[in-house]
Amino acid sequence: MGAKFLDDLLTEFLTETNESLDVVDCELVKFEQEPNNAKILDNIFRLVHTIKGTCGFLGLPRLEALAHAAETLMGNFRGGVAVTPDAVTLILESLDRIKEILSALEQAEVEPDGSDNDLIDQLDLLSAGGGNSAAHDQNDAEPEAAESEIEEPLKIVQRELKPREVSLEGLERAFAEADGADLGTASETAAEAAAETEKPESPEGKAEKPAAPAPPAVDAGAPAEKRERAVTNQSIRVNVDSLETLMTTVSELVLTRNQLLEMVRRIEDSEFKVPLQRLSNVTAELQEGIMKTRMQPVGNAWQKLPRIVRDLAKDLGKKIDLEMSGAETELDRQVLELIKDPLTHMVRNSADHGLETTEGRLAAGKPETGRIDLSAYHEGGHIIIEIADDGRGLNAEKIKEKAVENELATQAELEKMTDVQIQKFIFKAGFSTAKEVTNVSGRGVGMDVVRTNIELIGGSVDVTSVEGKGSTFLIKIPLTLAIISALIVESAGQRFAVPQLCVVELVRAQAESDHRIEMINDTPVLRLRNKLLPLMHLSKLLEIEAAPGSGDQSAPEAFDLPGAVSPEADGREPEPQGAVSTPTAKKFEEAAGFIVVIQVGPHCYGIVVDSVFDTEEIVVKPMSSMLREVTIFSGNTILGDGSVILIVDPNGIADAVHGSLFVDGLQNDADEDAAFDSTDDVVSLLVFRAGGNEPKAVPLSLVTRLEEIDVATIEPSNGRDLVQYRGKLMPLVNVNDAFQKRKEGMQPILVFTDEEQVMGLMVDEIVDIVEERLNIEVTAGMEGVIGSAVVKGQATEVLDIGHYLPKAFDNWFRRPESDDRGYSMRVLLVDDSSFFRNMLSPVMSAGGYSVTAVESADEALKMRDEGKQFDVIVSDIEMPDMDGFAFAQSLLSDARWSTTPIVALSSHTSPAVIERARESNFIDYVGKFDRAGLMEVLKSTVDAIGEVA
Amino acid sequence: MRIDTELPGNLDTSTIEYVTVTIDGQLFGLPILEVEDVFQPQKITSVPLANREVAGVLNLRGRIVTAIDMRERLDLVPRVPGEISMAVGIEYKGESYGLVIDKVGEVLRLKEDGIEPNPSNLNSNWASVSAGVYQLEGELMVVLDVFRVLDVGGEAEQLSTQATGVAA
Repeated sequence: MGAKFLDDLLTEFLTETNESLDVVDCELVKFEQEPNNAKILDNIFRLVHTIKGTCGFLGLPRLEALAHAAETLMGNFRGGVAVTPDAVTLILESLDRIKEILSALEQAEVEPDGSDNDLIDQLDLLSAGGGNSAAHDQNDAEPEAAESEIEEPLKIVQRELKPREVSLEGLERAFAEADGADLGTASETAAEAAAETEKPESPEGKAEKPAAPAPPAVDAGAPAEKRERAVTNQSIRVNVDSLETLMTTVSELVLTRNQLLEMVRRIEDSEFKVPLQRLSNVTAELQEGIMKTRMQPVGNAWQKLPRIVRDLAKDLGKKIDLEMSGAETELDRQVLELIKDPLTHMVRNSADHGLETTEGRLAAGKPETGRIDLSAYHEGGHIIIEIADDGRGLNAEKIKEKAVENELATQAELEKMTDVQIQKFIFKAGFSTAKEVTNVSGRGVGMDVVRTNIELIGGSVDVTSVEGKGSTFLIKIPLTLAIISALIVESAGQRFAVPQLCVVELVRAQAESDHRIEMINDTPVLRLRNKLLPLMHLSKLLEIEAAPGSGDQSAPEAFDLPGAVSPEADGREPEPQGAVSTPTAKKFEEAAGFIVVIQVGPHCYGIVVDSVFDTEEIVVKPMSSMLREVTIFSGNTILGDGSVILIVDPNGIADAVHGSLFVDGLQNDADEDAAFDSTDDVVSLLVFRAGGNEPKAVPLSLVTRLEEIDVATIEPSNGRDLVQYRGKLMPLVNVNDAFQKRKEGMQPILVFTDEEQVMGLMVDEIVDIVEERLNIEVTAGMEGVIGSAVVKGQATEVLDIGHYLPKAFDNWFRRPESDDRGYSMRVLLVDDSSFFRNMLSPVMSAGGYSVTAVESADEALKMRDEGKQFDVIVSDIEMPDMDGFAFAQSLLSDARWSTTPIVALSSHTSPAVIERARESNFIDYVGKFDRAGLMEVLKSTVDAIGEVA
Repeated sequence: MRIDTELPGNLDTSTIEYVTVTIDGQLFGLPILEVEDVFQPQKITSVPLANREVAGVLNLRGRIVTAIDMRERLDLVPRVPGEISMAVGIEYKGESYGLVIDKVGEVLRLKEDGIEPNPSNLNSNWASVSAGVYQLEGELMVVLDVFRVLDVGGEAEQLSTQATGVAA
């Protein structure tokens, strides 16, 4: 017990002393700036004094002697001797030595051998040189007086003093409890430590003995402590583990509360509502309370900084002003510990690399004293720490040089980057801009280490810099690691949590909008503000969905437990025969989805999910050890509705995305689709066979559904085939005369609808859905065929649906309105894509319009100059050379066509594009595949003209 | 009907109580001391990329339990969708696991020395999780070494020695 007792005592002592020393560091720097501030001096003196006293208790003569000498000198200052920078430096050196001894003590548990006479002599010399020959006497007499004098300052440094006081109390109690039995071991250790001192007879004796050189030290400690006991009793030390356990328990409580709330929410007028509300509030308070116990002011991590900056300034010959604000901002102690070092490093960096030398500053017309501003504040669930200097800022050119030199990027890549992007290089591994390695920084520990450390705790670091004006580093860290804010997303019917901290933004991708998913050799990417963002479908990454093209094979892990949330559970179930499937959904699946843009360190990527729910506070629980090998999940949690969801680890995905997956994983599918140029018109085509072996295709977006019907239900009527479909009779048409419908079984058909009318096109089999850049060669003479195109390496006939529609209905396009007109309205169609010209012209012609199609705005303008007139112009937006917007604008400049209504046609139908279209003279806006919409718009336009006329 | 091979109520230390379960028609016994819980698994969240034995994770009274599909673990035919299943809760290294089985039977008290070693021709996968076999009247009961069952993926020896250590 004795040994343990002493160990505990020593540990306590070390902790306390280290804390005290940190405070002294801080105070001393302040003191140097304000030598006349007696309060500060008192504080310092008192702290050193206490260190000395405590050393005396434990029999650490070397420490004690040094502290004593320092104390003596400081006593002189209190006596009115002028404070010189040299003296301050000397005292700081002494404190450093004390720290050294302490750390050796911590490792070896005995005071290291050695002499501190060099320092003690200097200290004594200064003390004596200070003219106060009675330094010792005065010092001895001082403490008593000090106690009464410093009552006021005590309150100021209360926080720092508390731990020490507890320690003293602990010592006292320990001594009171310790009896002779402990003596043997106690003195054994003491003997090693203090070889030349006599073995103490009793703990009390031991305490008194080293106190001899400064008897008042012990005596002074006691009364002071009594006076403060009232204060110290208000706080207790609690083992961190106990707090952790409490935290976990409260987390559980929060989860249970959420669960109850969820249950009661579903019940109307539940009697549980009121008490549950109360429980909820109490739980929230409890959670907050527990969180608070773990909170510490960020200032605790800053304590050493003034000293560090001071030393740096001295070493580097710079004048530096360190301003700190927001030190009281609190954050979780665990997080605090983890950011201490990165923060220190960054401040060092600012002082060393950031700020210029005094001469440099003067030359640049800046004040000679450089500034470093350190500030902290809360923002949402995060704490933001800013380190700003008014130094030279980051030099983009230098960074470029360095980046090339270290092969982080090529010159060509750098040319394309903005300065902001270039500045980010300082966070890359193997980067340091310091021309020379100084004593202070640039010793191989660069900003990349800082970044890594900060990211480890889910934080991020960023820099903004203006050359010549300074740099500002922004660190964003979570307040706590136990509860995180997470975005709940859904992929393939299963929900996952994505830590909010790494989510940069959410983008909704739609097949025909600006934000759509494009493919480069089967690798999905998104154009986001002119940058290509690599994408990964979460479902593919997790293999929870069969890859497109591989049909209905169920996912490998699909598990058929009753009630199991299987990936196919909602929505994407493979359709049984004859059921209604939605091919459009499949097509959109490729190009659409929610993209969660994630930033993990230098990696930015997007994960594609089916839907995004809201953000929830979740309590992270580790995965069971059996599942830990699945590195893509960092943990799991229980949601409010009681279900377990997995927390996706953005780092894990980053590895997967930037690692093999993009290279190999998708290679399997690579041969299925030919590579194509994503900048051209890419059209989703439904490929099928009907009436002949050669494949045929129609634009998928024209198809409403794919169906299979029993041939027995087909009723011939009046030379046509009809089938009952959704309570109506649907006419069926053949692709051509060669087509033979099946004799029995199921007949696949493509369903086309237009408002109330439905038509079925019978086919032999549906082959595939492909995305192709269409290059249609128009072949004349073939009925119902627009032309042929190469689809997946095979010549494929592209059908003209407009041809079949009148076959099914006599009145398909015969709108009564258009029949009333004496002449056909003249429509000018401007579209660079021959496919659309060929598809839309017949459609409009069938609607009773006289259509002229041209392939560019230039051609259209030429026709204007030739004096041609049209009633309405339909123009594509995306065209080479002059796009639709420019075309519409240019029409305004010439009187001839300036009043002609112009309708925009585009494959993008995002609100932004529509808005822009409306601003640029277009009277309306129609999606390219929205045939019905186009007809509607034409009709209303024409009607409007009719009314005017 | 199964017959207890030992007199009921005999608290002799040389007997062990087993919770019997059926998996694909085969009777298994789990030492009752290792069984924490018997429950009906609901709302299992599947864990993508995990071993096929892992049915997923579920919430059992506020704890997250990793469910192991014993049919997969024992290379048996998959359960017919919709078929009722049960689960036996096991605590292993401070973590909660649930072994998903078909149904739970009665508790049997059997003589400790009545257990026979695995027949030498037993499938190696089965042999690795079986602690022995009891000859009951009318059928055989395989004793499951639950800790070895949880040694999915076979970081074999190191874990199983620990496991048996715990089991003993």
